[in-house]
Amino acid sequence: MTYEVIGITVLWIFLYGYLIVASVDFGAGFYSYYTKRTNKNHIIHDIIQRYLSPVWEVTNVFLVFFFIGIVGFFPATAFYYGTALLIPGSVAIILLAIRGSYYAFATYGAHESKIYTFLYGATGLLIPASLTTVLTISEGGYISYEDGNVQLLYGELFGSLYSWGVVLLAIVSVLFISASFLTYYASRAKDRNALALLRKYALIWSFPSIGMGVVVFLLLSQRNAEHFQNMVDIWWVFALSLAAFAAATYLIWQKKALGVAFIMVMIQYFLAFFGYGASHLPYLLYPYLTIYDGFTNETMAIALIAAFIGGLAMLIPSLYLLMKLFLFDADYIEGKK
Amino acid sequence: MFFENDPVLLSRILTYVTLGFHVIFATIGVGIPLMIAIAEWIGIKRNDPHYTLLARRWARGFVVTVAVGVVTGTAIGLQLSLLWPNFMQAAGHTIGLPMFMEVFAFFFEAIFLGIYLYTWDRFKSKMKHFLLIIPVAIGATASAFFITTVNAFMNVPQGFEFVNGVLTDVNPLAAMFNPATPTKVSHVILASYLTSAFILGAIAAIHLIRGNKHVYHKKALHLTMVSAAIFAIGTALVGDFSGKYLHEYQPEKLAAAEWHFETESEAPLILGGILTEDNEVKYALEIPYALSILSGGTPDTEVKGLNEFDPEVLPPLWIHYFFDLMVFIGMFLATVSILFVVLSRKKGWNPFNRPLAWMIAAGGPLSMLAIQSGWVFTEVGRQPWILRGLMTTAEGATTSSHVGLMLILFSVLYLVLGVTCAVVLRKMFKGNPVEHELEERGISQPTA
Ligand code: HDD
Ligand code: HEM
Ligand code: HEM
Repeated sequence: MTYEVIGITVLWIFLYGYLIVASVDFGAGFYSYYTKRTNKNHIIHDIIQRYLSPVWEVTNVFLVFFFIGIVGFFPATAFYYGTALLIPGSVAIILLAIRGSYYAFATYGAHESKIYTFLYGATGLLIPASLTTVLTISEGGYISYEDGNVQLLYGELFGSLYSWGVVLLAIVSVLFISASFLTYYASRAKDRNALALLRKYALIWSFPSIGMGVVVFLLLSQRNAEHFQNMVDIWWVFALSLAAFAAATYLIWQKKALGVAFIMVMIQYFLAFFGYGASHLPYLLYPYLTIYDGFTNETMAIALIAAFIGGLAMLIPSLYLLMKLFLFDADYIEGKK
Repeated sequence: MFFENDPVLLSRILTYVTLGFHVIFATIGVGIPLMIAIAEWIGIKRNDPHYTLLARRWARGFVVTVAVGVVTGTAIGLQLSLLWPNFMQAAGHTIGLPMFMEVFAFFFEAIFLGIYLYTWDRFKSKMKHFLLIIPVAIGATASAFFITTVNAFMNVPQGFEFVNGVLTDVNPLAAMFNPATPTKVSHVILASYLTSAFILGAIAAIHLIRGNKHVYHKKALHLTMVSAAIFAIGTALVGDFSGKYLHEYQPEKLAAAEWHFETESEAPLILGGILTEDNEVKYALEIPYALSILSGGTPDTEVKGLNEFDPEVLPPLWIHYFFDLMVFIGMFLATVSILFVVLSRKKGWNPFNRPLAWMIAAGGPLSMLAIQSGWVFTEVGRQPWILRGLMTTAEGATTSSHVGLMLILFSVLYLVLGVTCAVVLRKMFKGNPVEHELEERGISQPTA
């Protein structure tokens, strides 16, 4: 593997991590808000609070990792994406800021308010929608580049079916991933009512999520034929992803092995996400920027990879401790601690 | 139009607004974990539940400020790419490493903070819980360390060759450990500790002023002021070294801060004053030899004057006031905290007297003001460079024409966040006063 490929793989792993943990978080916020409106909040409120409180800050770091890391490994992305994304990027930051701080105000300030939960629920769906803009843009055709000047073509972005397809895919995926995780968490907590409600949500969102996946795939053929062809070439990755999806849905339907079911969901998205990413290569921004011409110098690449390995050696045991205390400790989950 | 739509100017203002707001929370984010650790440690060692409760209550308020620190930090991290794409493209090649490591430090801190907060009563041994705050404190200080090396690099870029517009021979470690790093990093970290100690001390002082004589607040005041005295001496000492560093590597910043025009030895330090049209200093307090001593340690050190530099690349001269304000506050904080320590050591003296309590209460906001003016002084003092000697601020900026709108949006955001944060903190502690919590936890009320 070249340094370029190692670099992008590292970053893609963090983005995948963010995709999973943030989806759980975003979806939880939405369900919390939605059930409040329909007076079912008492059923799932505790489950959501118990899981989210200790981990929300960790979620955010995955994202920070990605965007700081990409500037380290691929400094040229700062130039292209930085210039183009001023508005969508700022909107995403503002939404993230509102969400993170109001969550903390409500939870630690022990002060529940309708506005807080609304902000928390609404931003949960808007943030994935605004963040996916980056993936949309990377397909090419949404940016103009003339005499060293980068500009985002808003008309093109808002007028394209593909970009709306990606937004929808993001939202339904968030709801599906989140519900399937919380179903598992509720089963660990032995909370029957919450389990029943969350299982229903997981099943409701399962088919839309896979359906939108297919729709976006088809729309891509018109947007970026080269990328589409690359995806078709590795069709088996997506077939396996579909199989993982089928297994997950079957298990949730049968109320069996919900932990395995959630792992299947993770595998489903892992395969789809890495299949998508790998077939996108070598482009970081089609057709202007590839991983080869935007790459940092070799010394920095080695230093970053070394830092990454050192960092992981420190983080994995700590993350394990966190999970052991809050995710796998039956007494904690059941609310006895 | 009120402002010309100049992306460079607007980007600079927006960067200042975001960083100026972030640094409030970042500063206490660096210092408070240390104070919590000290309080919890004393609580265990002396078996005094007051200190344990102190740690507990500080930690509870702390998470709220962390949340704002995290979201504003995320904002500045992305904004650096959005507002300064050219700078980040160039700098990414050299300082990607410390920025990357900073995120690891956050990660580490975030994980253990989450565990710490939710495990107060979960372990049988109190020591185990105490151990969890240590990685939080280390992570916080480490993140300050890494990010400040980035800022040091902007002042003294090194660790690469620049041949025909191309960066080669990059050495990330040399870039990180540049001549500005030692003084900058230690001054920033010590100043954060000092500020945190004073802010916590100010809270206790306000309770005393309001007539609440509970020993809990007296213990809090004693703990914070003893720590503050140590940090204040350290901050001033390293501030002095920073002056020597500037003399050596950024003489134009020092000369601008001191309105020092002619190169000379036995240079006086100028405090306050105004500058006339033809660069005459009026109404200022002059301390003979002091600038030479600050620069080189001896009165006969020759200090370079402003007239020696190309006027095109000089920073604005108003940074003088910000430098003075920081130094003045530094002296004030040192005096107040040392006075407290001395009074509490002497028999028959009362360190909890009202005038002193008032000064400590003022020290909280003042120390934050010193942080702000220190940063304005050093960042504006680097102008017109974003990377000193290599890239000007104008060259680093975005060309997008929408920065003005973003400036408005972010200003509103920070205003709302700042106000809500204050309101939430007030509610939290008003609704649950110390006396109430002591009773609830069955902590007896020892008679002083
Ligand atoms: C509580 C805050 C505080 C206090 C009391 C002081 N400082 Fe400070 N100072 C800072 C907080 C700060 C800072 C905000 O942390 C700065 C801004 C950038 C930096 O590197 O540190 C800074 C920068 C800074 C610089 C510029 C360094 C550079 O540009 O690289 C100098 C020369 C001093 N300080 C000197 C002093 C002196 C002589 C003080 C005497 C008491 C002093 N400071 C007190
Ligand atoms: C440690 C990492 C830091 C980095 C990488 C950094 C980066 C930058 C950049 C890119 C600019 C714009 C160029 C300029 O106008 O000088 C800037 C300006 C500025 N920064 Fe920093 N900064 C750092 C720390 C801070 C902190 C913590 C503050 C705290 C308030 C701060 C205060 C300012 C101010 C006041 C300006 C505006 C200068 C002007 O208006 O001319 N900086 N900084
Ligand atoms: C350009 C300058 C800066 C950048 C890019 C930056 C970036 C960030 C980011 C991304 C976060 C959130 C991390 C998370 O998600 O957990 C953050 C928080 C934080 N930053 Fe900054 N930062 C800057 C300046 C500073 C400075 C100068 C300091 C120290 C003096 C500092 C100290 C902190 C701390 C301690 C936190 C953790 C939150 C807390 O405990 O309050 N930052 N920063």
